[in-house]
Amino acid sequence: MSLLEIKNLHVTVDHHEILKGIDLTVDRGEVHAVMGPNGSGKSTLAQVLARRETYQVTRGEVSYNGKDLLAMKAEEAACEGLFMAFQYPVEIPGISNAYLLRSALNAIRKYRGLEEMDAMDFLPMLREKLKLLDMDEKLMSRSVNESFSGGEKKRNEILQMAILEPKLAILDETDSGLDIDALKTVAQGVNATRNPERGIILVTHYQRLLNYIVPDRVHVLVDGRIMRSGGPELALELEEKGYSSMEAEARSTASV
Amino acid sequence: MNTNIKTIGDLAQREYKWGFISEVEEDRIPKGLNEDIIHLISAKKQEPDFMLEWRMKAYRHWASLEKAQAEPKWANIKYGPIDYQDIVYYSAPRQKPSLKSLEELDPEILRTYEKLGIPIEEQKLLAGVAGVAVDAVFDSVSVATTFKGKLAELGIIFCSFSEAVQKHPDLVRKYLGSVVPYTDNFFASLNAAVFTDGSFVYVPKGVRCPMELSTYFRINAAETGQFERTLIVADEGSYVSYLEGCTAPIRDQNQLHAAVVELIALDNAQIKYSTVQNWYPGDKEGKGGIYNFVTKRGKCLGINSKISWTQVETGSAITWKYPSCILQGENSVGEFYSVALTNNYQQADTGTKMIHIGKNTRSTIITKGISAGHGQNSYRGQVKIMKQATGARNYTQCDSLLIGDKCGAHTFPYIEVRNSTARMEHEASTSKIGDDQLFYLRQRGLKAEDAVSMIVNGFCKRVFRELPMEFAVEAQKLLSVSLEGSVG
Repeated sequence: MSLLEIKNLHVTVDHHEILKGIDLTVDRGEVHAVMGPNGSGKSTLAQVLARRETYQVTRGEVSYNGKDLLAMKAEEAACEGLFMAFQYPVEIPGISNAYLLRSALNAIRKYRGLEEMDAMDFLPMLREKLKLLDMDEKLMSRSVNESFSGGEKKRNEILQMAILEPKLAILDETDSGLDIDALKTVAQGVNATRNPERGIILVTHYQRLLNYIVPDRVHVLVDGRIMRSGGPELALELEEKGYSSMEAEARSTASV
Repeated sequence: MNTNIKTIGDLAQREYKWGFISEVEEDRIPKGLNEDIIHLISAKKQEPDFMLEWRMKAYRHWASLEKAQAEPKWANIKYGPIDYQDIVYYSAPRQKPSLKSLEELDPEILRTYEKLGIPIEEQKLLAGVAGVAVDAVFDSVSVATTFKGKLAELGIIFCSFSEAVQKHPDLVRKYLGSVVPYTDNFFASLNAAVFTDGSFVYVPKGVRCPMELSTYFRINAAETGQFERTLIVADEGSYVSYLEGCTAPIRDQNQLHAAVVELIALDNAQIKYSTVQNWYPGDKEGKGGIYNFVTKRGKCLGINSKISWTQVETGSAITWKYPSCILQGENSVGEFYSVALTNNYQQADTGTKMIHIGKNTRSTIITKGISAGHGQNSYRGQVKIMKQATGARNYTQCDSLLIGDKCGAHTFPYIEVRNSTARMEHEASTSKIGDDQLFYLRQRGLKAEDAVSMIVNGFCKRVFRELPMEFAVEAQKLLSVSLEGSVG
């Protein structure tokens, strides 16, 4: 049984079809990159998997860890080990980063019938993960994402992932807006959390992230369909040729 | 913190849990209001003549207002006419005239407070929430005051108002009505005429009160109103922190609560007054609930004095209250921190008045209004800088948070400046809990209701920080319970 199996997924927003039949299988231990031009439906795919309710699934099915993902609410999916690193992390004024982290961890632990973690056990674990991402402990007492720099926000997402230890992590354009040093740190953090039990989906526009996180599979999403799938070399090819040839291909398919 | 999340989760499932009725034998007088009733109340309390005279003046003033239909109508609240003749103005649990110890108290009342989580047995207090002395007011009278002995050693007087009238008539006479005169407004006049008990605090010169003083108000009997009066005097250089809490049973009819609180701070004295108001808010359709029409005002009489109000208003069908500061002494400071939440069909029109009279007086107003369901939440605040108040400063920040699209938030600031040296700042914001915020937290594993609680608690943090520690925790929990059912 695969970790994630997407079959013929169609999704609309405001009667506008964004995803037009996606098939994708991710196994445990694998890293998949989903690439594509702006407006191709990459973020929609990520958000649908994270169970955002603004999207309407009109056809298809998604099985996650043997369960029907599309029947889950966002919080259930999260508690079942699905994590999404946001492209635009949200600010929560007045709530400290550490408080959110521990609340999230404990919500998930509670769902799984585990005992909640107290501050004494939590803090050492937090410190260790902070080190991994080269983050200042001071960020933990600041309000969630409030007055964080772009790089700090993205690193904070990866920190949350490192603490929540998901089965499936979806990174939605985590590389956007990062300078090369921040990109390396984030990649290092992601690589450190790679393990044989965890599947990772990297949603990205650019190939450069894949220099640091080497994927097992690359998929190119154009106009709501996966036009091509391949190994890491596909990303390099894209870097060279751009998306335009595939976009043209997509247009011709659509007109048939 | 983890227990916090747990309780929020549990609490979100609950209804108003303080809504039970205690079976206590009552001593109540007939319904209605007239001069005989005033005499009867005063006689029941064996009051000295000056009190009866004061009540009678207040009653006559109120009666003239009522005749002139002068019940205030300017607030942004809607309710049907109140029949003042259909209220019982005095109801007390039947008990011995004076209790020597708590063992003589009706065990049912003890149990009531236990159920409410308010220990009034000192041994339990010592074991549990140490450092809080409690005055418990049940319907019209005070039933128990704890730690009196310990406080008396420092010269602090903390007792029921009735007892103060008997034992410290000079203090009562000197300060009663000195901040809120019986002519102040319709409900304050009514209170002055019929008030039955409340708390009295006097902190002598230079004494820092070593524990939180707290009054817990409980309306139990049906068809009664609760009209209590609190008077706190902080003598020169003293400090006191005072907290009040309140609950009432679930009843279909609206009940009137018209209280008056007067605070007086002399030179270099500080009073911190915190309220966690959780009267029964009515049901989901807006039936029943308490009309909370109260007048609270503090006077910074002395130089460098400070009065700080913190309120968390989650209960009541209607809240009409404006805890205010008269900044008379030079360099005196007034503060108002408020969280007001309206859910279902609750209405609140609340805020403050800061009247700057003395030189270099400063005031701060921070309010957080939260509206959910069909709730209507109004901030109404007045900042007045008088001619002689050179160098006065005010900072006002009022923020509103909307949950859902059927509720309302309104802001009515009044600013009056008569001295050109004044510095005024006013900030206001209105925001809606965003889908983005909710989705973000839910994607991290939090249930929708917990996510809302978290966002709301974050929104209110600046105010919660002003509450004494253990009450801040209570307030957070209360907010979560009050928000129950506010997200689809």
